[in-house]
Amino acid sequence: MNIDSIKNGMVIDHITAGKGMELYSLLKLDSLNCPIVIGKNVVSRKLGTKDIIKIDADIDLNTDILGYVDPDVTINIIKDGKIIEKKTVSLPEKLVNVIECKNPRCITSCEQELDQVFTLTDKENRVYRCLYCETKAKEQSH
Amino acid sequence: MRSLIDIKELSLKELDSLIDTALDIIENPQKYSEKCKGKKLATLFFEPSTRTRLSFEAAMYELGGNVLGFSEASSSSSAKGESVADTAKMISCYADIIAMRHPKEGAPLVASMNATIPVVNAGDGGHNHPTQTLADLLTIKRKKGRFNNLTIGLCGDLKFGRTVHSLIAAMSRYEGVKFVLISPEELRIPSYVKTDVLDKCGIEYVETKDLCGAMPELDILYMTRIQKERFFNEEDYLRLKDSYILDPQKLENAKKDLCIMHPLPRVNEISVKVDSDPRACYFEQALNGKYMRMALILMLLGIK
Ligand SMILES: [Zn+2]
Repeated sequence: MNIDSIKNGMVIDHITAGKGMELYSLLKLDSLNCPIVIGKNVVSRKLGTKDIIKIDADIDLNTDILGYVDPDVTINIIKDGKIIEKKTVSLPEKLVNVIECKNPRCITSCEQELDQVFTLTDKENRVYRCLYCETKAKEQSH
Repeated sequence: MRSLIDIKELSLKELDSLIDTALDIIENPQKYSEKCKGKKLATLFFEPSTRTRLSFEAAMYELGGNVLGFSEASSSSSAKGESVADTAKMISCYADIIAMRHPKEGAPLVASMNATIPVVNAGDGGHNHPTQTLADLLTIKRKKGRFNNLTIGLCGDLKFGRTVHSLIAAMSRYEGVKFVLISPEELRIPSYVKTDVLDKCGIEYVETKDLCGAMPELDILYMTRIQKERFFNEEDYLRLKDSYILDPQKLENAKKDLCIMHPLPRVNEISVKVDSDPRACYFEQALNGKYMRMALILMLLGIK
């Protein structure tokens, strides 16, 4: 399958090589029934190598997750076999139920119905902290 | 609805106004004795802290208000499995303001997100304890008359001591403040406090193991307890603990107007022989805590 074979859906392009699978699981793409193709270490003029994910369905993508894991990706929206929109993502100010607080003393550790909320506290260094206990989110693998 | 969960939520202007109110309460207590008539403070203490609870209760009584609540989790609904959110909603029906202590970090924030009345964080685990910092600030103001141009020594457990971290955050907002961070190697200030607070605010600081050496330049000495559990072995603890016990001898080279503070309870880190020294401010600090809690209750309830 290449881009041409997607009728209505999207291509997440320019994913940092090696991050495709992480995005696949965080975006919960395994729960979709439509065709999905993941390209790993694809040759790219811009990046050397990159990962790419093609989704053959018009889904509601959580762009916060993309921005958190890999803010340099581009999203191509495909309709009737054509790219109708190219989108970039930005570092989200807030992450809701994307990552979990690992602090055993945090209120979220004993009240599981609470949303897991992280806020961007240092944009330059991409630091996210738990809203409740201010514990730093685990470093992203770069 | 305004709450106070973290000391950083208060602007400098609000802090000044709280301090002005507290100073006015000290001068004219009778003026405030009926300000909270008919109002109820709920003290929700999911872990015991008699000292903090009594301070809140005394504050509310001196404002002419009433108090209800519980002093440990086993006598509360959480023992039956009720969530903090539900407790906060339920208490909102009975009281006008909540003071909450909880062993889990962030619990008072969850309460404030669900209550329809103001919530004051009365300590959430090792995380925040803003009213302790308010007590510290009023003490500094009353003793020094200013917040700027002060050299502040923080001594003891700087790694786990939340009161120390909050005080650094609060004092780093003023001009000309310098910190001398005095601790054993094992209990040095966490690096994030240096990068996220001190460096960010451009605050001058030095780290040292030597309390006596630091003493002569200090305007304020803030002592904290070094707990045995923080050390890997008994020998290290025994070797180090005496160097961080304040006694009259160590004060020989201190300034005449040094202000000695401690969040209390004290175990042995300040010798009782220091208590009669006019520079000892720690019991006054506890009293100041009550005045600041009174000022805070008035502010959050919107009572002038
Ligand atoms: Zn947390």
